[in-house]
Amino acid sequence: MRTLRKRKNRLGNTLPLMLLAAPGLIYMFINNYIPMFGIFIAFKEIDYKKGIFKSDWVGFKNFRFLFRTNDAFIMTRNTLLYNLAFIVLGTCCSLFIAILMSEVTDRFCSKIFQAGLILPNLISMVVVSYIVYAFLNADTGFINLSILKPLGLEEISWYSEPGRWPFILTLVHLWKTSGYNSIIYIAFIAGIDKGIYESARIDGAGKMKQIFKITLPLLKPVIIIMFLLAVGRIFNSDFGLFYQVPMNSGALYSTTQTIDTYVYRALMQLNDIGMSSAAGLYQSVVGFLLVLGANAIVRKVDPESALF
Amino acid sequence: MQKINSETAFKIFSVITLTILVIFAFLPFVLIFVTSFTDEVFLIKHGYSFFPKKLSLNSYKYLFNNYYTILRAYGVSVFVTAVGTGAGILITTMLAYPMARKDFKYRNILAFVAFFTLLFNGGIVPSYIMWTRVFSINNTYAALIIPNFLMNAFNVLLVRNYYANNVPGEVIESAKIDGAGEMRIFFRIMLPMSVPVVATVGLFTGLAYWNDWINALYYISSPKYYGIQNLLIRLMNNIQFLKSSQAATMLAGREVELPSTGIRMALAVLGILPIIILYPFLQKYLIRGVVMGAVKG
Repeated sequence: MRTLRKRKNRLGNTLPLMLLAAPGLIYMFINNYIPMFGIFIAFKEIDYKKGIFKSDWVGFKNFRFLFRTNDAFIMTRNTLLYNLAFIVLGTCCSLFIAILMSEVTDRFCSKIFQAGLILPNLISMVVVSYIVYAFLNADTGFINLSILKPLGLEEISWYSEPGRWPFILTLVHLWKTSGYNSIIYIAFIAGIDKGIYESARIDGAGKMKQIFKITLPLLKPVIIIMFLLAVGRIFNSDFGLFYQVPMNSGALYSTTQTIDTYVYRALMQLNDIGMSSAAGLYQSVVGFLLVLGANAIVRKVDPESALF
Repeated sequence: MQKINSETAFKIFSVITLTILVIFAFLPFVLIFVTSFTDEVFLIKHGYSFFPKKLSLNSYKYLFNNYYTILRAYGVSVFVTAVGTGAGILITTMLAYPMARKDFKYRNILAFVAFFTLLFNGGIVPSYIMWTRVFSINNTYAALIIPNFLMNAFNVLLVRNYYANNVPGEVIESAKIDGAGEMRIFFRIMLPMSVPVVATVGLFTGLAYWNDWINALYYISSPKYYGIQNLLIRLMNNIQFLKSSQAATMLAGREVELPSTGIRMALAVLGILPIIILYPFLQKYLIRGVVMGAVKG
């Protein structure tokens, strides 16, 4: 009797549940899956007159051209190095904030601190670019006029000197994301059994010892997981940070061009569909392999935390 | 005694360091805010300053006189955010619910279909060609709402986990015994029961829409469809854009100098104002969402 009812349910609920899922599925099919099938564009020479499907196949020609340019090297190098700096420094900053935050027992205080530190993450890159501009612009910028000038130092034209941007962009990134990324560590520290600290205290361990011998070792699995997941995304970059914050300044391309900004510029500014789609597919495929690799390692370290 | 001291000392160190960090996080906003009230002549001479000697309301007056452009952009942003977030929440929860139903045959397939989009994407060029050539989305409001932001797999899986962990199967069983259909169960029971996760997803989605300028960068060329972010970009590149409008020429007769920096910063203040006002009420949903997303079910 019971199994009969269950079976009836199973048959009866499929259609209505599929109907519920339909809008989301259709959206995902269009927004995500059709473009996945569209990767063949990278192997064609698109001529809108002939249409996308009838354009000539050119094999790996677009890729050969792309990797012959200096751009391919620059954008790959920049993407990787920025990510490396962001991962290492970002993890340190977030951990530092999280350890300090977990010392604040006053609820009101911790709420204020957290709000202040998360706020930079909530604003758009456009506003961030305004803020950076307020500090750096050559004629009226805060740094030039209110810091360098009173000190008698020479003013700097920030938006035409590429050498300084790795520091600027890293600083902006840390400012924007450290507070937000510390949330997860704060949650994990809050989950640590207080009794462990209690017994460490009885054994005479000072605060520093507690942090380095208890908190950090217990956080190690989370840190490793977050690290590996970030490594899986090492081929991606925040388009806004690298395009809008340097004001799309051509003089800075050597240190601000990443794969994402290259794809945009090749497509929208140079109208070079071949190069753009080749760079895009290069990013997707390497990114995909990196995620798979990172996940395989995560599964070895801690099967519970693996994505799949 | 020594031990207690080291702990108290660290507590004090923590509070002081965090105070400094919060000030550093917040100072840039103060600079923008103060500059929007700074007299333009002072600004040109002394640059951006935290303590300007001469204040002025001219920037805001100017924006007020150009209210049409500003209000229109604000209207576009509010409309896009509201419609996108509302529709996004609906299709996200509707897709997540069947995935959470243990008696639904295709739940694992659906979850995989969603999950795979997090791993691989076709890149921007195919999407761009699809949206512009197949759907002719250029210069429509749909271009601001539909590509990229309406739904993402991360949110879908977040809601699925919430349903799977927080809504007991007996609730669904008993509703069925009372003769409620699947649609009714979803809209009358599940949706109201998922207010916390809906708030989180709504917050993530709403922020993404309010802060987005990239869809317009690709798909919009007519300023008619510019939201507040794209107006800011346009203003940064070309302050004359505001000047050309009618009210501005009237004002230009009276003003010697167009307060260009001040206007930019005043508009930036208007752009972040809604976030700063709403955020204190939404912080807990944001934090909950980040934590839920990391501790996957």
